[in-house]
Amino acid sequence: MTVQELPGAGASHRSTPPPAWRPRTDAAPLLPDPEPYRVLGTPAADRLDPELMRRCYAELVRGRRYNAQATALTRQGRLAVYPSTVGQEACEIAAAMVLEEQDWLFPSYRDTLAAVARGLDPVQALTLLRGDWHTGYDPREHRIAPLSTPLATQLPHAVGLAHAARLRGDDVVALAMVGDGGTSEGDFHEAMNFAAVWQAPVVFLVQNNGFAISVPLAKQTAAPTLAHKAVGYGMPGRLVDGNDVAAMHEVLSEAVRRARSGGGPTMIEAVTYRIEAHTNADDATRYRGDAEVEAWKAHDPVELLERELTARGLLDEAGIQAAKDAAEAMAAALRDGMNAEPVLDPMDLFGHVYAQQTGQLREQAAILRAELEAADQEEGDGS
Amino acid sequence: MTTVAVKPSATKPATMAQALNRAMRDAMAEDPTVHVMGEDVGALGGVFRITDGLAKEFGEDRCTDTPLAEAGILGAAVGMAMYGLRPVVEMQFDAFAYPAFEQLISHVAKMRNRTRGAMPLPITIRVPYGGGIGGVEHHCDSSEAYYVATPGLTVVTPATVEDAYGLLRASIASDDPVIFLEPKRLYWSKADWSPETPAAVPGIGEALVRRTGTSATLITYGPSLPVCLEAAEAAREEGWDLEVVDLRSLVPFDEETVVASVRRTGRAVVVHESGGFGGPGAEIAARVTERCFHHLEAPVLRVAGFDIPYPPPMLEKYHLPGVDRILDTVARLQWEN
Repeated sequence: MTVQELPGAGASHRSTPPPAWRPRTDAAPLLPDPEPYRVLGTPAADRLDPELMRRCYAELVRGRRYNAQATALTRQGRLAVYPSTVGQEACEIAAAMVLEEQDWLFPSYRDTLAAVARGLDPVQALTLLRGDWHTGYDPREHRIAPLSTPLATQLPHAVGLAHAARLRGDDVVALAMVGDGGTSEGDFHEAMNFAAVWQAPVVFLVQNNGFAISVPLAKQTAAPTLAHKAVGYGMPGRLVDGNDVAAMHEVLSEAVRRARSGGGPTMIEAVTYRIEAHTNADDATRYRGDAEVEAWKAHDPVELLERELTARGLLDEAGIQAAKDAAEAMAAALRDGMNAEPVLDPMDLFGHVYAQQTGQLREQAAILRAELEAADQEEGDGS
Repeated sequence: MTTVAVKPSATKPATMAQALNRAMRDAMAEDPTVHVMGEDVGALGGVFRITDGLAKEFGEDRCTDTPLAEAGILGAAVGMAMYGLRPVVEMQFDAFAYPAFEQLISHVAKMRNRTRGAMPLPITIRVPYGGGIGGVEHHCDSSEAYYVATPGLTVVTPATVEDAYGLLRASIASDDPVIFLEPKRLYWSKADWSPETPAAVPGIGEALVRRTGTSATLITYGPSLPVCLEAAEAAREEGWDLEVVDLRSLVPFDEETVVASVRRTGRAVVVHESGGFGGPGAEIAARVTERCFHHLEAPVLRVAGFDIPYPPPMLEKYHLPGVDRILDTVARLQWEN
């Protein structure tokens, strides 16, 4: 049986075409570029804004140092775990830099660097990973949503917040970050669909770093690119070199502009690579080879920009040193903050479950308080 | 309170459905941050017509037909609440809410806690639940055990027209997320109730003695309350004078009202449609036993739905706790001793 012979195949038997009730999108062109968009090392770099690029450079150097310090703190046992963004700094930095003060960032658990680049104190950004509380900052104060550990679940939040802001007439854009693995989750689909239907001022940034822990992209999706997924929802999909901070900044800025001006959501796939393991609990040698890692190291986001700027005479040794010094100062402050023992109040366990504590929680709080007092007493007797 | 003109048909007697509708209308009229959202809540007014007329009166931005995606609906509501709105979300049927469970458990229930109180989420999640309407598979679950097992959620369920209005207003006004379980077989139950001057009802977390008695206490909520009241009337023929406590709120649980009642009567039966194993009745029986052991004349018994997947409509009458099963259980309360 051919396709033509299948029952219901083809519409040739119809005397009149069916009524056209389907909504049509006019948000063309939706299809992503065939190759990741690049600026650094191309003629497009001629139009780079030197001041902006020097700021990007300083942020990249600081980001690299932040990654190194956080990894060191993990080895020292100061952090329970740290998901590194070495190699992905351009994505993290650009995401933070394109947002205005009133905008909101929705990071995943890996995106602490984006939060830091947005201005959050690194110690507050790492509270979750140190383990003294789940969120170490007031989301409203910094307009950074709590780091989301479940995959893609923060994306519908970004859509809802952006939608609410627009309903209230506020000029607010939400930028939501997710990894390649997260694009397989149902919440990714639902968020993309809601955003497009509502034309919410949202930017979805997918950092495709090659692996969801150990599972490579080829086992994650059969789509030509992740950016293609945008087309089905009726929003533009952009494919961009995630290690090229200039390209990232440009594409993200354009998407934020579109969202801000009522043009609706955009999905951006940043093609990048996680140079280090998923976390310190992961052994990356079990699922990828050295040659691949070395090839990506040769496409390093910090070096790409440094080469471009020094070749163009936009950055000199003094500029490089100044960036390093600022990064060292940040690392020192982070070490100091992390080496100070966090002050924990066990009674906090019961303090924030409900606006008004239930009778059951009051009883349980009393049990813990009695245990703590007994322990204090014992300690006092022993000394 | 803003007064809104009411059609004559909406005055007494009123149904629970009308009271729920009125609660949302009044809340939306008083507070511009209240937004109703869900599948079919707009032009259709919801499949049970609970949101009837809201989109027309307040516009589609305040009463929004969303795409058909429960995780997306609740997830978007989280973001809206983060920005200062008070979303009232409709989950069309009990079993349709399950795709939203990750949002519910990982975010809705925990946001206040994980932000140390900085970001409470005032979301009301309306879930039509329970059986007795002849619904087909996936339309009649009693899902309350899942909700009460999740810290951070408030779980309420009205059994009367007055409570439908009062508890929904209280839920929308709550700064915490509330699972608002609507016993769908009581949607069309009627009472003399005036939407013009709705009587004040006790707030969330207070149980009510709906019928006083001396022989034993029936502890129940939601769809099982009318069944228990009927059983209590029938029990008079057997010589039992049953007290009936309507919990109204499963979390917070009003232990004091329950304990005081059982200490008075010395005997207790918990009645609910939800399965007995790991159901709310197990928790209540344990608590009553702990607090009333020396006052009890008999073990605390339970009349629950069977521990089976919800049956097909033609068999549901064999599953749901009815008057006879309640009376048979009351008869087992060691009266002869």
